[in-house]
Amino acid sequence: MNAVTPVRPLDLDAIIDSFPSLARRPHGRRLVYLDNAATTFAPDCVIEAVASHMRDLHGPVHRAVHTCGADATDAYESARRIVARFLGAAHAEEIVFVRGVTEAINLLAHSLGATRLRSGDRVIATTMEHHSNLLPWMQACARYGAELKLAPLNARGEIDLDQFASLLNDRTRIVVFTHISNVLGVVNPVATMCDMARRVGAITVVDGAQAPSRRRVRIRELGCDFYAISGHKMHGPTGIGALWGRAELLRELPPWQTGGSMVEHVMLEGDTTWSPAPMRFEAGTPNSAGAAGLAAAIEFLEQVGLEAIARHEAELTAAMVEALNRIDGVRIHGDPDERAGIVSFSVDGAHPHDLATMLDFEGVAVRAGHHCAQPLLQWLGVAATSRASVALYNRPEDVDALAEGVRNAIRKLR
Amino acid sequence: MSERDDIYTDLLLEHARHPHRRGALEHADGHGEGFNPLCGDQVQVWVSLNDDRIGELSFEGVGCAISTASASIMTGAIEGRTAHEAHEVIERFLRVATDLGAPLDELDDEQASLANVRRLPMRVKCVTLAWRAAEAALREAQSHQSAGGGHA
Repeated sequence: MNAVTPVRPLDLDAIIDSFPSLARRPHGRRLVYLDNAATTFAPDCVIEAVASHMRDLHGPVHRAVHTCGADATDAYESARRIVARFLGAAHAEEIVFVRGVTEAINLLAHSLGATRLRSGDRVIATTMEHHSNLLPWMQACARYGAELKLAPLNARGEIDLDQFASLLNDRTRIVVFTHISNVLGVVNPVATMCDMARRVGAITVVDGAQAPSRRRVRIRELGCDFYAISGHKMHGPTGIGALWGRAELLRELPPWQTGGSMVEHVMLEGDTTWSPAPMRFEAGTPNSAGAAGLAAAIEFLEQVGLEAIARHEAELTAAMVEALNRIDGVRIHGDPDERAGIVSFSVDGAHPHDLATMLDFEGVAVRAGHHCAQPLLQWLGVAATSRASVALYNRPEDVDALAEGVRNAIRKLR
Repeated sequence: MSERDDIYTDLLLEHARHPHRRGALEHADGHGEGFNPLCGDQVQVWVSLNDDRIGELSFEGVGCAISTASASIMTGAIEGRTAHEAHEVIERFLRVATDLGAPLDELDDEQASLANVRRLPMRVKCVTLAWRAAEAALREAQSHQSAGGGHA
């Protein structure tokens, strides 16, 4: 992998300098980017890793004996080892490269559904799931005659563990939930929930989209069976992500997509034999430039330091909650014990889309809408919310700009 | 004038705060609805025809200031017109509101201030929602009429 831009922990100026996108000037204003839960910007080292892979290392991965093929394969497999180390996986073979969390969950709903779900079985998700961790399971349940139950939330927006426990029964085969809510910022007690699910023999699938850019993820400590991440939500490129799965579980899963490089013997009559994991799940020429970018993003995050990032985000989040609470008519959704850097809120008399457009005129980028979590928005009783989410490159002044923009919008709209 | 004031004009905000012809109609000849999955906004439009002329007309919906103002301005633009004229008005508005190259002065001031939102590609749907719903409501009312139906 390429050398990473040297950045000292919490040297904010240096961090900001390494993200060229932050120099963009929407409507002629300094960009205050607070939509990091949707997607994050990439630092120079990631952009350079993708470019240098395409320039210097491109070739057919896993397909050719020539040097270009070997270079590309080396880079791709090295990226796999970096992801494995980052998540604390036992083996690189436990890492499947995917397009992102969406593809990882679809893969599991397809392949795990086929091997684990029978009529009358139960899958448990939660009310706070992103559509990507809900719709694939709804489809799998419909296909196999299983039932999908959603674990409800308590008044603070956290998963109600008592009710979660009461849903777990001996027909529960798969339990899926997000590590961090993309709407409320709630950090779920993953280890506790995985432990509870394991007692009834269920497989656990964790949507890690929001987590790895915000805190150190150690899958062994979480105790889950599968964990999925997306590159573009952790300062890497779009179109690349990873699924970690326990080796013994990946071994039993049938392929999802079929095609090149995932098969051993193609038998037109008789049994075709598939490649072992992870290649069984990586049909077609892989996104090797994306994998190089993801690996560079991981090295960047590790160099800055995930503990330092988590502390920085916690400070910004506390400031954001306090600043928004001080504005008359602003209501923050959820009040969890532990909130990652994501805050959703409603403003009396100001529709989220009008608010977001007015903030954009001031250079402040927030998200407005249902955040692909319609069951959660129904539970909240709103059609849409505004959402501000921070990343390691946000400054305290960004929180001030948000609060000022919200006040200005309220003055105009009411 | 700031960009904000250029889009969120006093005129548009006044329509958003006090929209015209808001409220459901129970026995209309035609009904149309629009939904924006991006933000959950929805609008419904009801219309009845007297001979070929728009009689009753109303809308109901939950939405942002732009979509509410748009519905209100739409009702003013087509009320009292024949179905044919109303279709022309709607068609012209939708064309200008979705094409940055079309001159805004094809529209009256109210409609032009609304169509100006076309500069914000992510918000164009908020502007067009009610007009497309009205188009559908009109078509239903016309087929209702040509089928010989009267008021229920």
